[in-house]
Parts: sequence; C-alpha cells; structure tokens
Amino acid sequence: MSEKLIVEKIVKGEFTWRSLPPAAMISVPTSMMYKTGSWRISKPVIDRDKCTKCLLCWVFCPDMSIKRLPDNSVEVDYEYCKGCGICAEECPVKAITIVEE
Amino acid sequence: MSQQVEKFFNGVRDIPLEDYFTPGHRLCAGCGPAIAMKLIMKAIKMPTIVVNATGCVEVSTSMFPYVSWRVPWVHVAFENAAAVASGIVEALKILNRKRGKQMHDVIAIAGDGGTFDIGLQALSGALERNHKMLFICYDNEAYMNTGVQRSGATPTGAATTTSPAGKIIPGKQERKKDLIGIVVAHKIPYAATASISHPIDLMNKVRKALNIDGATLIHVLTPCTLGWRYPPSQTVKIARLAVETGYFPIYEVEDGRVKINIRLSKFKPIEEFIKIQGRFKHLLQPENERILDYLKKQIEENWSRLLKLEETGIRI
Repeated sequence: MSEKLIVEKIVKGEFTWRSLPPAAMISVPTSMMYKTGSWRISKPVIDRDKCTKCLLCWVFCPDMSIKRLPDNSVEVDYEYCKGCGICAEECPVKAITIVEE
Repeated sequence: MSQQVEKFFNGVRDIPLEDYFTPGHRLCAGCGPAIAMKLIMKAIKMPTIVVNATGCVEVSTSMFPYVSWRVPWVHVAFENAAAVASGIVEALKILNRKRGKQMHDVIAIAGDGGTFDIGLQALSGALERNHKMLFICYDNEAYMNTGVQRSGATPTGAATTTSPAGKIIPGKQERKKDLIGIVVAHKIPYAATASISHPIDLMNKVRKALNIDGATLIHVLTPCTLGWRYPPSQTVKIARLAVETGYFPIYEVEDGRVKINIRLSKFKPIEEFIKIQGRFKHLLQPENERILDYLKKQIEENWSRLLKLEETGIRI
C-alpha cells in the first residue's frame, strides 16, 4: 500500500487492522498525522534579536518541533509543540519566552 | 589500550538534520526518553532495525494506526527484546553472506523494567552469545508507563506508588542495581552510561557502539516528569544535575577497562538534585537523614570504586 493511500485512508477513518499486510505492518511514519500541538496550554516565542544560533533548543526539544533553518536560525513548529518549556529553560541567552496560549 | 577517543560528532552543528524518530508521538510534554530516542536515532548509520520492548516509548509511539519511526521497527514483549534482536542479527548474518556485505545494524531499546528486571535473562543470554547488536536501556528509574511502581532501578529513598514515603517507610529502602556491573561481567566489548543532558557524548557513544563487532550496551538516564514529580521544563536541568552531583557517573567500559568521560573536580551537593523532585522531597526532613546519608554513601562508594578502577587500569 502506498504512503499516500494509507494517509488518505486514515483521514477518511477507513483504516483498520484488516487493511494491514500480515504481521500488522505499517510502512510509513503515520504519527505525523497526529498534531500534538492541541495539547499545549502555553507556547514558546523566539526573540530573533537575542538568538545566538547555538541550536541547543533544537537539540533538546522532545517533540522535534524546533526547526533548524539552513542559516542555523530556528523556528517553532506549533503543529507538534506540546509547550513543555525545555527550550526556554535551556536557552543560554533567554531568547525564548513561554507565553499563555 | 589507546587513549584516543574517536569523535564522530564534535559539536551541536555536526548533528544531522534528519529525524528518524518523528513528531506526533504521544509521550508526555517534557519527556526525557523522547529526547534520548531523538538523539539516538540521529546518531545511527542507516539502515537500522529497531527492536522495542514494551514500555513508555513503545506504547506512545505505536498507537494504531500512528507510528513514529522512519526505520524498520518491531514491537516485542517486555522480557524478550534482546532475544528477538539476537534472532534478527542471526537472520541478517545469513542475508549478508548472500549479499556479500554488511547491511543492517540492530538496536534493541528497552526501559529500566525491560532491562533491569523483566528483560534481564534474555539480555544476559544475548550478551553471552555476543551478537553484534546495541542494547539501549533508557532508565527513568521506575515503571512509569503503568503508573510509577518501583523497579530494580529505583534509587534508595525514592517514593513510588509501591514504595510510598509515609510514616512506615521513607520511600524505597533498597539500593539501585549496578547495571553496568552486571553487563560487564559478561565480558562484552563495550558498555557505557550516558545522560540526555550531554547529547554529543551520548551520540558519540551510540555511533562508537554501532561500529563495534559484538554486543554493546548503553545505559541512558532519562528523567520522567510524571514519576519524578517536577515541572516539565526542568527535564534537561535535572539530568545535568544528576551528572554534576555525582549521582549518575558518566563512564564507559571498553574491554573491561573503565574510562570516566565526565570528570568532576567538584561535586555539587546532592541536595540540589533532590530538592526539585517530588519523589525525594521527604528526604530533606530531619527524621529521614539516615536514608539520605545512605544515598550519599552509595554515591561516594561508587565514585571511589570507579576512580580506583580507572587509575589502576585493572580489567573488570
């Protein structure tokens, strides 16, 4: 089953264990479909002027929701960010603040 | 023995962009094991097969039909991660012989329940047979997935639901098992401890272990916001304090010889580490001084043993 087909079937709610190949194989990382950002009650905001591009927030984010851009600056992917605040805690120059949603 | 440590990742900028552990997993906000999995999957050389024993990471990353792994991934029962991984290694050996080249690395991942307690006999068997695999134990020091019950990895004095701190006992009374001691007794080529607060050290150890032909084990300390009872933003800070107070020494054992990777000239007081965690809060009360002293004595003993082993270069 192709990646696109699986994603389509999940969206339609047609995807059950019956549609899986033997041994319950799922061939694509489908959890990208589940947006954990809805769990969040507060969100990180990056102050670009203070950021020194040390990338520590990108290293420590447990939800891979800090994106590293080609020039080593970072931005937050609010689709998956659960608002734990590790990035703000670990930022050595306090360029990230946690604000109420 | 050569003192040169091969460096695969020199700094944060060397860490690859690709994530083989994808977002959308349902681990808690501020989860320590999630950081460990992310860093481990960034350190692999593709292709890799991951064997995951039941535990927090397994249940939260494979909730039907959502899967968070970009690599071939197998869910196995609590006790047999090491046994299934050995089977895969042996099957790959035949395939590799047919193809004429080494194709896959095998990583087995289990929590402290799946390593210290339930999975210990399968792990012991796999280490004795010396399969070319890497076993990773992410240690959050209790059975967090099922609601914080005590495990063999729970430290002295920690309150869990099956060793609650109260009038009768001040948390768990027994010691934490020495996992590295147990695995090194199998005479495996490489075993190491690591912490999520030192990502470059952790990733270098994973890559080094994957390059070794034989059974290897890495014991990673991963704080748990739910079971250790602290605010989610403190995860990395607590992991760092665990290293800086000497509570969790970072060292590796290569061919039986100990090498301490993070050397401490001055230890921070252990109180700094325990006062921010709800599971240890009762230890600061005067009537529980005895159990705190016991914890301190364990840390001192462990460090003096490690320093002596490193200094003398005796093979353990």
